This record gives sequence, structure tokens and C-alpha cells, in this order.
Amino acid sequence: MSVSPPLRRSPMALGLTLLAWLAAVLFLLLPLASLGTEALRKGLGGVLRALADDDALAAIRLSALVVAVCVPVNTVCGLFAAYALTKYDFPFRGLLLVLIELPLSVSPVVAGLVWVLLFGAHGWFGPWLAAHNIAVVFALPGILLATLFVTFPFVARTVMPVMESQGRAPEEAATMLGAGFGSVFLRVTLPEIRWALLSGVLLCAARALGEFGAVSVVSGHIPGQTETVPLHIETLYNGYDTVGAFSLAAVLALCSGAMVASRTLMDWLRGRRSVAR
Amino acid sequence: MTPHRLLGRFLATALILMPVAASAQSLLNVSYDPTRELYKDIDKQFSTAWKKQTGETVSVATSHGGSGAQARAVLDGLQADVVTLGIASDIDALAARGLLARDWSSRLPNHAVPYTSTIVFLVRSGNPKHIRDWPDLVRDGVSVVTPNPKTSSGGRWSYIAAYLWALHANNNDESKAETFLTQLYRHVPILDTGARGATNSFVQRGQGDVLLAWEDEALLAAHDLGAGRFDVVYPSASVVAEPVVAVVDSVVGKKNTARQADGYLRFLYTPQGQEIIAAHHYRAIDPAVAARHAADFPRLVTYDVESAGGWSVLQPKHFGDGGVFDRITRPAR
Repeated sequence: MSVSPPLRRSPMALGLTLLAWLAAVLFLLLPLASLGTEALRKGLGGVLRALADDDALAAIRLSALVVAVCVPVNTVCGLFAAYALTKYDFPFRGLLLVLIELPLSVSPVVAGLVWVLLFGAHGWFGPWLAAHNIAVVFALPGILLATLFVTFPFVARTVMPVMESQGRAPEEAATMLGAGFGSVFLRVTLPEIRWALLSGVLLCAARALGEFGAVSVVSGHIPGQTETVPLHIETLYNGYDTVGAFSLAAVLALCSGAMVASRTLMDWLRGRRSVAR
Repeated sequence: MTPHRLLGRFLATALILMPVAASAQSLLNVSYDPTRELYKDIDKQFSTAWKKQTGETVSVATSHGGSGAQARAVLDGLQADVVTLGIASDIDALAARGLLARDWSSRLPNHAVPYTSTIVFLVRSGNPKHIRDWPDLVRDGVSVVTPNPKTSSGGRWSYIAAYLWALHANNNDESKAETFLTQLYRHVPILDTGARGATNSFVQRGQGDVLLAWEDEALLAAHDLGAGRFDVVYPSASVVAEPVVAVVDSVVGKKNTARQADGYLRFLYTPQGQEIIAAHHYRAIDPAVAARHAADFPRLVTYDVESAGGWSVLQPKHFGDGGVFDRITRPAR
């Protein structure tokens, strides 16, 4: 919006725009189109049959459960981490920042393996868990832990810049006027960051839905029991069930697309409002 | 103790949220990579047969992956009632850690080997690179796809088939056999972690000129995936590959499923089980079933692993850390 009109019309800008579109079509639309074509190879009936399969439904249920647990947990944790980091000074603040960002830079395989090392049969807590008949890795708790780990930074990272730019004055003023922590947070902080928060929640949900590597390590790959949608897609593909694999993949792509689209729509709405103001 | 107790409380809550999937009458079979189609049939027909025989409802779920990787998962705590793996050394690794009795192979007929297979070549239709035997694999311009022998049993059998052939062709000269293996793996651009991954690389993604693989994988690709797109080539000699099955004592003891797990594995040896096995391109051990399907499985010269010392010698020597495989795949300086 800050681009001045002459620059926008220069041949250089036109060329770059064309290039960007070309890249988008080549690298994004073409693979998505192939996904749809492969899924529809046996018609819409084939897709519906593939999605109504017991193992596919179980995978969809498990993925929904993973999102339903990980998104609220990481939203609450991420919000408070961001609040603490931007509104208070405390020792080792930088260290906490690094820790929050760690999952972004750690390979998903490692994010899965750490749970095996902790809770696997020969892990630190393995013998104790086995003696108490508690299954963590290769069961639902392991899948949840792995996903929580990889999706942790998203909410905190998206709301922190907004909290930072807001400064501490509004909260300090509210506190001086006698508001408690709860009402300061709900009536002063939250309204300002709500768009960033929603955006972070969507990012977190998209990643929780799509995570493959970390979950693959702790899953055990039991169809109908411990396979999330991305893992079940791999199993179907390896079983030469291309229609099944690409039907589920298309569903996953549609979900991710919807999340990205709603995020863009929100950003656009927010942009319009701030211009109007 | 406090962190433990806290952790326990957290996990107990997590467990309440868990769907009650693991009832006593469900079995988990942890298997190797190419058996996906086989156990889909076996699991279904076993449930029907067991219901008729005992009146109990037993459902079986099967998980697949590279044989070594699957053994590793069971070692790390994957609750497998039975393991059906590609190679005895992978079950020996479980027995060494006390998950099942060391004499596991004597508890079922035929040393716990319900069927055999061998290693063959799968080439593109018409065999454009004229690949007929082992020396053709190391010719210039030939690219070979085979799974990683460290994680995949199919990869290990392929490696050993090449090794045994090279030993016999060179009057048991170790160093010449090793040279052949070095050349062979220089022609391998992709080492997938499991047999099915390698087949997918060759079949679906069009990589390589020849797939060095399980006979059952090759026949499945040639007959069921793209009739007319591939040819199976039998080399002058190969190896008798023996996949093995066993009940995991430590798991069935806890889940109280020993009887069902044993019944499941014994079902593989029944005429009905052997028919399913042969239909999925594995070599049945039941003489009557094998005779019925003799036309599908050409006879070929096979060398025995025991002639080179057996797996207890070959496994550490070739696939242990710093073993022959590590040495020959190290980049040339």
C-alpha cells in the first residue's frame, strides 16, 4: 500500500509479478491439481468410498482429536508465555524466548525421538510406566505430546509482536485504576491482540493437522488405532491404494487451504479497518 | 517420587480420554514391509476361521515398515502380540532383550518359517538394459534400486544374495566378493528404508533400471500393478529367504492373549493359510499347496546362508556398526 504508483507500473515490477504468479502456478496449483485428478481417477464414488473406509474414518477422528487437544492447550500456554515475555522483566527472559522457538528449528524426527527416549520401553520413565500399565509412546498420549511439542511456538510467536508494539502502558494504567489481572487481560490486552491470536490459532491448527515426522516416530502405524490422517495417507500410498491416498490428501489440502484462506481474509479485514480508522 | 506421581496423574487423565481400543480380543501383528496385501487377507480369514472354531471374536490389526525398524519399535514398547518379520536376526534381537524366549524358533513348525521367498530382479518391460545375471548389475549405465540393508530385511537378503553369488563365483575369495558388493552399491542411487518404499521408487516414480527385491514384491508389481510394464528376471543363483514369525511373550502375558496369538500364527500353516500365502506370491511350505502353484514359482539354484556361517556371523560382520556394509558405502576419497 506504500508502493507509489510509478514504481507499480514499471516493467520491472510487471516482470516480477508475472514471475511470482508463474511460481505460484507451477509449485502450488499444479501439484494441487494433480492431487485432485489422482483422487478422482475412479470418479466421485471412489473418493466417497475411500473416505467412508473404517481406517480412514478412524484416522480423521484421531486427527480431529489431536487438533481439539493441542490447539486449546497451546493457545492458553502460548498466550501466557507471550504475556510474560512482553509485559514483565525477569531473569533469563532471553533463554525462555530461545526455548519457545526451539521446536521451530528442531527436526521433527528429533521431536518424536525425544519422547521415545523418555517414555519408550527402555527410556527414562519406561520401566515405571510399564509397571503401571500406562502406554505413552505408540499410543494416543505420545501422539499428543509430539504434536504439542511441534505446534507450541505458533500462538506465542504470532501474538508477541503485537503485544510488544502495544507497550506496557495500557496494562499499567488499568492496574493503577484498580483492575485485577483477569480484567486487565480480558478487557485491555485481549481485544488488542485478538486478530493476531486468531491467526496464530489457525497456524497452530494447520500444523497439528498436518504434522507427519514427529508423529510418525511415536505412532506405531497401527491402521485404525494410531494413524493420523497424514500417516494413513502414507500407508494407503504404500499399499498401492492411490485413489484412497489422494482422496484423503485432497481432504487434508482442502482443510489447510480453508485455514490459510480464513487467515488471509482476517488480515484483509483487519487491514481495511485500520485504514478506515 | 513427586515428579513421578505428578506424571502418573497426568497420564491417567490422558488415558481416560483414550478410546477403549485395546480390549483383550484384539491382536496386533507387527510385520515387515511387503506383507501389506498378504496380512490384509490373512487377518480377515483368520477372524472368520477362529470364530467358527472357538466362537470368540478376535480382530487383528497389522502394522508395516522395514523389518529392522519394526523390531526397533517393538523394542521401544510397541505392544505387538506377534511379530512376523523378514529375517530371524530381527526376532533374535527381541529375544536378546528378553521380550520372548530365546528358543522361539522351535515353538512353531519348520523353525517358525511359514513360507519362503527369494531375491530376484524386476526390470522394465522388454529388459532394455539386457540384465540377466548378477554381473550385469554393475555394468556402466545400470542403476539399481534396493532397500537399505540396515533397516530392511529385503535389503539384507538382497545384499546377502549378491554376496553369496560373488563368493561362489570367486572360489570363496572374501576380498573379491567385497569388491563386487562395493561396485554393486555404487550403482544404487536410492536406499529406501523398507522394501515397499524401494518398489514404489522403481514402479511408481520410475527410478532405476532394475529393482533388486523380494520375489513376492517383484511378482506383485509385474502381475497386479502394471501388467506388461515389468519383467521378472531370475538370476543364475539366489538365496532362500526365510521370513519368520513369533509370539511376543512379554506382551501376550500382559494382555492375556497367548492362545489367540498362537492360533493366529498356526493359521499360517493350515492349508487355507498356505493357499492365501501362495496367492500373494510367497512360496508355500505345504507340499500339496506348493505343488498346485509350482508353475508360478520357477525352480532356481539357491545358496544357503549357513554356507557362509549363518546370520549370527553375517549380521554383525556385515551390518554391525563399522561392518562391511558401512565400509563399502563410505564415499570414495
